[in-house]
Amino acid sequence: MNAINSAALKKVPGDLAMWVFIMAELAVFALLLISIALAAHQQPETFRAGVQTLHPIFGLLNTFALLSGSACLVYAVEQSHDYPQRILQGLFATLLLGSVYVLFKSIEYYSLWQAGYHLRSGTFYFLYYFVTFFHFMHVLLGMVIVFVVRQRIQQGTYPQIEDQHAGLESAGSYWHMVDLVWLVLFPLLYLVYL
Amino acid sequence: MKYQSQAVAKPYFVFALILFIAQIVFGLVLGMQYVVGDFLFPEIPFNVARMVHTNTLIVWLLFGFMGATYYLVPEETQCELYSPKLAWILFWVFAVAAVLTVIGYLAVPYAVLAKITGNEYFPTMGREFLEQPTITKIGIVIVCLGFLYNVGMTILRGRKTVVNMVLITGLIGLAVFFLFAFYNPVSLTLDKYFWWWVVHLWVEGVWELILGAILAFILIKTTGVDREVVEKWLYLIIAMALISGILGTGHHYFFIGAPEYWLWIGSVFSAIEPLPFFMMMLFAYSMIKQRRRDHPNKAAVAWALGCTIMAFLGAGVWGFLHTLAPVNYYTHGSQITAAHGHLAFFGAYVMIVLAIISYAWPQMKGRLCNSPQAQRVEILSIWVMCLSMLAITLLLTAAGVVQVMLQRMPADGVALSYMITQDAISSIYWARLISGVFFGLGIALYLYSFVIAQRTHHLAPALEQPR
Repeated sequence: MNAINSAALKKVPGDLAMWVFIMAELAVFALLLISIALAAHQQPETFRAGVQTLHPIFGLLNTFALLSGSACLVYAVEQSHDYPQRILQGLFATLLLGSVYVLFKSIEYYSLWQAGYHLRSGTFYFLYYFVTFFHFMHVLLGMVIVFVVRQRIQQGTYPQIEDQHAGLESAGSYWHMVDLVWLVLFPLLYLVYL
Repeated sequence: MKYQSQAVAKPYFVFALILFIAQIVFGLVLGMQYVVGDFLFPEIPFNVARMVHTNTLIVWLLFGFMGATYYLVPEETQCELYSPKLAWILFWVFAVAAVLTVIGYLAVPYAVLAKITGNEYFPTMGREFLEQPTITKIGIVIVCLGFLYNVGMTILRGRKTVVNMVLITGLIGLAVFFLFAFYNPVSLTLDKYFWWWVVHLWVEGVWELILGAILAFILIKTTGVDREVVEKWLYLIIAMALISGILGTGHHYFFIGAPEYWLWIGSVFSAIEPLPFFMMMLFAYSMIKQRRRDHPNKAAVAWALGCTIMAFLGAGVWGFLHTLAPVNYYTHGSQITAAHGHLAFFGAYVMIVLAIISYAWPQMKGRLCNSPQAQRVEILSIWVMCLSMLAITLLLTAAGVVQVMLQRMPADGVALSYMITQDAISSIYWARLISGVFFGLGIALYLYSFVIAQRTHHLAPALEQPR
């Protein structure tokens, strides 16, 4: 490996501050996921019954939405800065796919709520609503970050091209974190106790 | 001092220190009453001494925050304070109200004070930390509004920095959450539920913003590190403080009649609460490491660094010790809570106010910093106060562990009663009292450093004249 590649490997993509934030967020999610696993271990029957009332198809569609959003972000990051239009298109597609997630998740919440399940319907429903809503808020935050980066690129407010690239990488890193959490949350809630 | 209106911080700092001394005197009275039950009875009963101890703490910290704000906002905004006169008027209103309230606590029984001040027409009294008569609470709201108006107008017409934005957000939050002090429902569960919106969302929420902003200001001034770097850290710290702190309120909702799901929320988010304090410690050390200049005010830097360490230990580690629901089931309201409360308040808030006083006071006297002799004594006082507060914390933790083992863990019929348990830990309380006396000596040393600073002012580097 040459010196340049090794230097590139030593540097984290995007802003270091974003990575500190991501690590802190992952710590919160880790505790929440452990809580789900612990509660499921203690009350397997409640969890089995609860999982039956969820909509795994929505969960699957949301998984595709988030992963495709990630792919579009990677596309945007990898574009040459000579073609800013492609970067903007990639980010727009990410925002669109994020909106798909928000829509499906909202429908799912609505149908569960209509069926009479709410925060106080037991440990399973509390953990389902609380943890997925906490994740939902992170998707929204991820969309805000992507939107801000896109606006700045469109308006050309990044002082240098390196700053623009760092902004893109930071947004991408955050989005991937949200993705990663969903990839654990989805099977843990929808599939393991099915 | 770059702007003349910064001098308005001076009376706030002086009054804060006077109340600090009063707080510690009553703390020592309380420490004595733990081991000699009728000490100063009936003149100063335990409940009155405790009320004065905690109320003076809150009020002197508020004076400290206001003084800090009046000092740093003109420098951050690069313009004079909107109305120094208003700041002076509010100082006297607040100071007179504070003194009258303390006299009221000490001069008449609490029930009589409630009657005199018309509590029956708008009952808000009788709750821990919020014991002030309703009329005092209304006074606090008026002072807060005037203060926010003054600071807000200054920020509006001056430079907007992340430091003053975070500070004003914290101060607005402080004023907004205090309004819940006026909500006093009949249901004890609801009462406690919203009482924590004042107490918890102050100390583990918006006060952390104020702490972060003051710390960032001191570090920018003493290290010369780029504002951009400091601001990035500040954003991260406040984001984590709010994410963990707001939902961390849940750890107060265990076993008080609130829904069961708070056991989960409180436990998980409390486990995250040490993070912002840890980041604050990393932040301070990283700024010192990257410093571009050696500021001669070593004492202010020592207070700031010490603040982050003690806050991490007190608010972070000692907080986490007893905020997991299965642990809190046994430790709820025991001496372990007292241990956490002492170190957290001292580390996070007492030390940051003393840090800004240490930085600002010499400058308000026309010096860049105090003489090396005065700073040596001040730094010695930091060590004495920190070590004695650590001793108090460790001893209260030991008392709490014994209390839990004798009173909480054994089965019904085997568990000892509250008072018998207290007798069993009296030797620890004696040791705590001795540590408290050392803490008092630390304050005496701290005050003595002001005398030395005055005597040796000719040895201190002078400051450029204000504009």
